[in-house]
Amino acid sequence: MADLTTNFLGISSPNPFWLASAPPTDKEYNVRRAFEAGWGGVVWKTLGAEGPPVVNVNGPRYGAIYGADRRLLGLNNIELITDRPLETNLEEMARVKADYPDRALIASIMVPCDEASWKAILPRVAETGADGIELNFGCPHGMAERGMGSAVGQVPEYIEMVTRWCKQYYDKPVIVKLTPNITDIRMPAEAAKNGGADAVSLINTINSITSVDLDMMAPQPTIDGKGTHGGYCGPAVKPIAMNMVAEIARNPATHGLPISGIGGITTWRDAAEFMALGAGNVQVCTAAMTYGFKIVEEMKRGLSQWMDDKGYTKTSDFIGMAVPNVTDWQYLNLNYITKARISQDDCIKCGRCFAACEDTSHQAITMSEDRVFEVQDDECVACNLCVDVCPVDNCITMERVAPGEVDQRTGQVVPAEYGNWTTHPNNPMAKAAE
Amino acid sequence: MTSPATPGIAAGRLAPDTLAENFADLHAPYDAHEARVAADRCYFCHDAPCVTACPTDIDIPLFIRQISTGMPEAAAQTIFEQNILGGMCARVCPTETLCEQVCVRETAEGKPVEIGRLQRHATDTAMARQSHPFTRAAETGKRVAVVGAGPAGLACAHRLALKGHAVDVFDAKEKPGGLNEYGIASYKSTDDFAAREIDWLLQIGGITLHTGQTLGQTLELNQLAQDYDAVFLGIGLGAVNALTCDGNDRAGVMDAVDFIADLRQTRDLTTLPVGRNVVVIGGGMTAVDAAVQAKLLGAQNVTLAYRRGREQMGASRFEQDLAASKGVTILTNVMPVAIHGNGSAAQIELEYTTAESGTLTGTGETIRLPADQVFRAIGQTFAGIDGPELDRGKIKTTGAGRTTMPGVWAGGDCTAGEDLTVVAVSEGRDAAEDIHAALTQA
Repeated sequence: MADLTTNFLGISSPNPFWLASAPPTDKEYNVRRAFEAGWGGVVWKTLGAEGPPVVNVNGPRYGAIYGADRRLLGLNNIELITDRPLETNLEEMARVKADYPDRALIASIMVPCDEASWKAILPRVAETGADGIELNFGCPHGMAERGMGSAVGQVPEYIEMVTRWCKQYYDKPVIVKLTPNITDIRMPAEAAKNGGADAVSLINTINSITSVDLDMMAPQPTIDGKGTHGGYCGPAVKPIAMNMVAEIARNPATHGLPISGIGGITTWRDAAEFMALGAGNVQVCTAAMTYGFKIVEEMKRGLSQWMDDKGYTKTSDFIGMAVPNVTDWQYLNLNYITKARISQDDCIKCGRCFAACEDTSHQAITMSEDRVFEVQDDECVACNLCVDVCPVDNCITMERVAPGEVDQRTGQVVPAEYGNWTTHPNNPMAKAAE
Repeated sequence: MTSPATPGIAAGRLAPDTLAENFADLHAPYDAHEARVAADRCYFCHDAPCVTACPTDIDIPLFIRQISTGMPEAAAQTIFEQNILGGMCARVCPTETLCEQVCVRETAEGKPVEIGRLQRHATDTAMARQSHPFTRAAETGKRVAVVGAGPAGLACAHRLALKGHAVDVFDAKEKPGGLNEYGIASYKSTDDFAAREIDWLLQIGGITLHTGQTLGQTLELNQLAQDYDAVFLGIGLGAVNALTCDGNDRAGVMDAVDFIADLRQTRDLTTLPVGRNVVVIGGGMTAVDAAVQAKLLGAQNVTLAYRRGREQMGASRFEQDLAASKGVTILTNVMPVAIHGNGSAAQIELEYTTAESGTLTGTGETIRLPADQVFRAIGQTFAGIDGPELDRGKIKTTGAGRTTMPGVWAGGDCTAGEDLTVVAVSEGRDAAEDIHAALTQA
C-alpha cells in the first residue's frame, strides 16, 4: 500500500486531503467529525479581528448549476468569514488540535490591512497550537468591499506587505491564499514569495452570478429581490484552478514554492492531477459540502490504488511530475501530426462527430446512407472535437501519422524532427537557423 | 364469493381493489424530475434514427431536448405538429419496434432513451395545462366527409379543420375513437384517455361528429362523394378471421376484439365475467391484450396458443414478456383442432405443428387443455366496401391515400401498410394535406 502521508511545509498529515477554509470547518463539531471521517487536515473557517463578529445574510447564501440529474457542477456563495466570536473559535481550535495531534490544523485569517490588526491576532492564533496560518486574500464578496479578502489579493504590494508582517509576528508556516480574480496569477504568487510566504494556496472562489430568476429578474441567490456576485467553486472551476497552479509551478520566479491546490477537487483523480501539476497537497470544500465528509474515503483509497498501480510509494514521488510538460503554445511540436480514427466496432451511429465536424469544424467526416461515419484524412486537422463530442469512450482516437508518411491534408511528408512556431517559416519573428 | 378457482365463466373473481391495481397505468407517468433525467440520456443524434423510424416523423431529439430544458409544453407542440394523437401514440406505440429499437443507446447499452414515456410526459403536461394548441385557419367553404373516427379519421379531420375546411366525421359506433376507444388494452389507456383526447382534439373547431352512422347502411359512399368536396375513408378492418375447428360455436368461444371492447366499455370490472381456464388463439398484439387482461381480471390459468414459433409472433418481445410477467403461459407451435364440451367449452384440443419451408403442418400429436373460455385472435380482415378498387383485400391507394374513386381518399388499417395507430395517424394526416392541396388548387 502506498503511503499517503504528506509533509507540507514540515506539517505532516496522514493524507494530502485537507478541508479548505469554509463552512465545513467553521466549528469544533464539524472538524472533529471530519477528522473522524479521515481527513488529513483542516483549514479552519477564516477568523476575523477581535470584536463583534461579522453578520451573514439571512436569506439564501448559495446558488448552484447542475449537470444531469441535479449533479452539482458549480456552487456559488455569498457567505462571509466566521460569524462566531474569535475567542470561541480559538478555544475550539486548541481543543481539537490537542485531541488530533497527527492531523494538520491551519488557521485562516482575515483582518484589516494594517500592521496592528495582524500583530494583535497572530499571538492568539499561535497559542492554539495550530500548525500554521493561511492568509485569506481571496474571498471576492462582502469582505472585499471592506478592503479585505480579494481586495488585498488583487494588489501584489499589499500581499507582500501583509505576508511580511505575518512572518515577522508568527513563527510557524504562512500560507497565502490567492484569488483567481486577477489577470495574471503569477504576480500575486511572486508577491507572496517576496513577502516570505512558505506557500501559496489557490484558487479561492471566482466572481460569479450563477443564475437569474427570470420571474423576479434578479440574480440568484436572491435576497429580497436583489442579488450580488458570489464566489464560484466546485467541479466547474477545476480547469481554471489547475492552470493557475501550473502557471505558478512553472514560473521561474516561483518554481519550487509549495502550493496547496484548491478548486473543484471531487475525486482522487482530481487530487492526483493537481499534485502532478505541482500541488504538495490539496484542499477540498464543495465535494464535502455536496456529499458529506465520507467522500474522503474514496479519495484516499483511489489515490492509494493508483499510486500502487504506478509504483509510487509516497506522494512526493509524483508531485510536480507534469510540470515540465506544461509549456507555451509556441513550443508545441508542429510536426506532430495526428488523424482521427473512428472504431466502427464501437460506433453507435449517433452522428454527433459528423454534426460537430460538418457544422462547426473542418468537414472531415463523411456520413453514408447507412450511417457509417468515416474520417477524411485530406480534411482532418486533428482538432479532436469529434473525440470530445463522441458519447462512447475511446470510440474515436487520434492516431499519429508516422514521420516519413504523407499528411493527406497538406501533401507534405511528415518530418521526423521536432519543429515549432519559433522557427516556422510563416512566423515573421522566426529566427533563421544559424 | 367467486375466486380465480371458481369453475366456468364468472364475474367478480378478484376484489375491486385488486382489479383497480391490475388495470392501472402500465407505465406510471414520469414526474418532472424523472423526465429530465430520462431526457438527459438523449444524445441529440444527427439525422436521428428514431425520427426515421417514427411513422409520423416526430422530431424526437428536439422534443426531448425541450423537455430537458424545462419546456414540456413546447415539446408537446413539436409532437402535435406531426402527430395530433401523440398522447395516445405515447401510450400504445410499440416503441420497442419503432423509435426505441433504433435508439443509439439501445445499440450502445441495450437500454434506449424511453421516448414513449417522454412523449407522454410532454403531451400529458400540455394537455393538462393548456387549451388546444392550434388555431384554425379562416373558413375555406370546402366540406369534407371523414368516415371512421379512429386514429386515421381523427388525424385527417384535425388537419383538414386546421386548414379551415368544414369536416363531418361519421362513425358506426356509439363513441368516436375507433380502436383507441374499443381496441386497446385498458392498462394502456387509463382514465378514459381516448375520450379525453378526442374532446381536446375537437377544440380545433370545424369538426362535427356523427356517431351511429355506418357506411353501406345509413351512409352511401356515392352520396357522400356527391355531397362533399372530398371524402376520407378511415374505416378500419371491421371483420375478424374465422377459426375453423370443431366446436368453434360452443358457448364460451368468442372473438378477442369483442372481449377487449367489452372490457374497455365496462365501468365496473367486477361485473365482467371471465373464465377460470382461458385459452387465447393467436400470436399478435390482440392475442396478448386479451390474454393479459383475462389474467388481470382473475382467470386462474391463461394460455396463449400460437401455431408458429415465438420469433414469428406478431406481438413484440416486449409484449410477450409482459404477458409472461403477468402469468400468461405462452404455448407455441400448436394449432387448435377442436373445442370439446357439453354445450359450453370445457377443453381445447391442440395439435403440435412443424413448419417446413414455410408450410405449417400438424404432427399428429395433440394435447388437451381445460378451457372454459376461448378467445379467437387470429387476425382481422378488411370487411370490404363498394366503390373503390381493392388490392390484396384492402382499399387500393396511390400517393397520399388516393383511392381509385375521384375525390375519395383512404388511410389507416383499411389500406395497405402496418396496422398501427401511429401509421394510421400519419396516413390520415398526409391524406388531409393532399385533400387540402386538391381543394385549394386554382
